Amino acid sequence: MLDTLDGLDTLEVVRRRRFAARWGVGAVLVAVLGWLVYTVAVSPNLEWTVIGKYFLATPVMEGVGVTLVLTFTTLGVGLVLGAVLALMRQSRNPVAVAAAAGYIWFFRGVPLVVQIVFWFNLALLFPTLGFAPTNEVITPFLAAMLGLGLHEAAYLAEIIRGGFLAVPRGQVDAALTIGMTRAAATRAIVLPQSIRVILPALGNQFILILKGTSLVSVIGGGDLMTRAQQIYGQNYQVIALLLVATGWYLILVTVAGVGQRFLERWAAR
Amino acid sequence: MSAGGLRLRGLRKSYGGMPVLRGVDLDVAPGEVVCVIGPSGSGKSTLLRCVNHLEVLDGGFVQVDDVLVGYEPREGKLHESTEREVARARLRMGMVFQQFNLFSHLTALRNVTLGPVKVLRRDPAEVEREARALLDRVGLAAHADKLPAQLSGGQQQRVAIARAMAMRPSVMLFDEPTSALDPELVGEVLAVMRGLAAQGMTMVVVTHEIGFARDVADTVVFMDDGVVVESGPAERVLTDPSSARTAAFLAHVRRHPEKETDHAQNQQS
Ligand SMILES: Nc1ncnc2c1ncn2[C@@H]1O[C@H](COP(=O)(O)OP(=O)(O)OP(=O)(O)O)[C@@H](O)[C@H]1O
Ligand SMILES: [Mg+2]
Repeated sequence: MLDTLDGLDTLEVVRRRRFAARWGVGAVLVAVLGWLVYTVAVSPNLEWTVIGKYFLATPVMEGVGVTLVLTFTTLGVGLVLGAVLALMRQSRNPVAVAAAAGYIWFFRGVPLVVQIVFWFNLALLFPTLGFAPTNEVITPFLAAMLGLGLHEAAYLAEIIRGGFLAVPRGQVDAALTIGMTRAAATRAIVLPQSIRVILPALGNQFILILKGTSLVSVIGGGDLMTRAQQIYGQNYQVIALLLVATGWYLILVTVAGVGQRFLERWAAR
Repeated sequence: MSAGGLRLRGLRKSYGGMPVLRGVDLDVAPGEVVCVIGPSGSGKSTLLRCVNHLEVLDGGFVQVDDVLVGYEPREGKLHESTEREVARARLRMGMVFQQFNLFSHLTALRNVTLGPVKVLRRDPAEVEREARALLDRVGLAAHADKLPAQLSGGQQQRVAIARAMAMRPSVMLFDEPTSALDPELVGEVLAVMRGLAAQGMTMVVVTHEIGFARDVADTVVFMDDGVVVESGPAERVLTDPSSARTAAFLAHVRRHPEKETDHAQNQQS
């Protein structure tokens, strides 16, 4: 028992050892990781020179370009179509609600690979589109864009709808009472507030799209993964070229993460 | 009818076959203050939402100033108004909600200026000057640049009143404006409403504040089960109701005074 607080400042304080467990666990993790990197790095089957040679090679860079274009067009198509679908689901028109629900059910339910291959082979279903042969209209790039964009729209529709739902209905009522139309209220009140809710999920989705573009390699879509496959198909340096692709995907995802942080800070003002 | 008057004839509204308003008639003269009282679920909120057409009416007519809301009389027929026309007519009625419903991404000032700038397309600088004066009148000059989340409930409700007043309505509708407030914040909101009444604003106030009704209202309307049971001079209805249902309701409210804040202590601010 302590009778007085006087004189306590003369005593030496013995600090508790807070970080003992943290240091121990940390050391084990570093050791394991170091061993993994070391064994891979010194593996005689891994040609570092090959990685160096192809990392900035023209076909790889072109692949990175195609991956980026696909990612952004998918995001664009997905956002526009997704917003339309979200608005349809919110509308008071039962046909629009059912159509949007049906779209989301279908395009979310069918695997992305299946959709990409389907668009690529559209000619088997419709040999001509208008006057042109289908195979001239649906290039691998367009098939990739359609597959990715239509699929993504279904996901983004749900994310955007969640954002709309996060804005209390009463604020729309209030906007109507000061003379706004429903469309004006959506633009001035609902959209700006839902963006803040949507952004974190959107960043996640962006990364999923970016990596998802690699699936278009199954139809030779010309993206980063397609190019890596084409190169190792000729020189058999499979692991080296997969590591080239891995490096690039990680760089792109990292940049996207930084961009997301800026966007979220901007949205939160 | 001169400016500021409100006339309701035979308002009917059901939800899913359940009648909530079963033919409501009401006349409010310019400058008159009408308090609507009645048990929970009697249709008071629904009445106000039907008056400004936030809900679609099943039947009946609403006239504000000399304008029929919801229909355009033309060539001996009644043409249902477009959404834009309804929005225009709605401008004549300001509404204050129980839950304030401020736009949470906008400052107090922007909440007030949004309508005049976006809907009335008035000069932003002039609107801002007026909005600051309005906020000053409700005692919030120092809080103009705060977001709703940074304001107390009483302050938010006063911003909501200023937002409605900025549209220069002919009639103000209040739906239990103090029911969501802590008791000590009720007074500041009632004081602002007293001020409006004293300046000759036409007001329809749904309230449980019997004290406020006695002091400020010209007319008290008792609603039950979707109809106006009794309506008359405030003093008469509150002290000597002619209907047994009104008497029973008033006795019930007096036995549970926690629902009614003593108006005497609310004269401050
Ligand atoms: N959007 C709606 N959908 C279905 N029923 C509704 C809706 N709005 C109101 N009602 C019903 O209509 C009836 C009247 O509701 P209203 O909110 O008008 O009552 P009130 O008199 O304002 O009650 P309170 O004093 O509790 O606010 C209630 O039975 C309610 O359940
Ligand atoms: Mg109510």
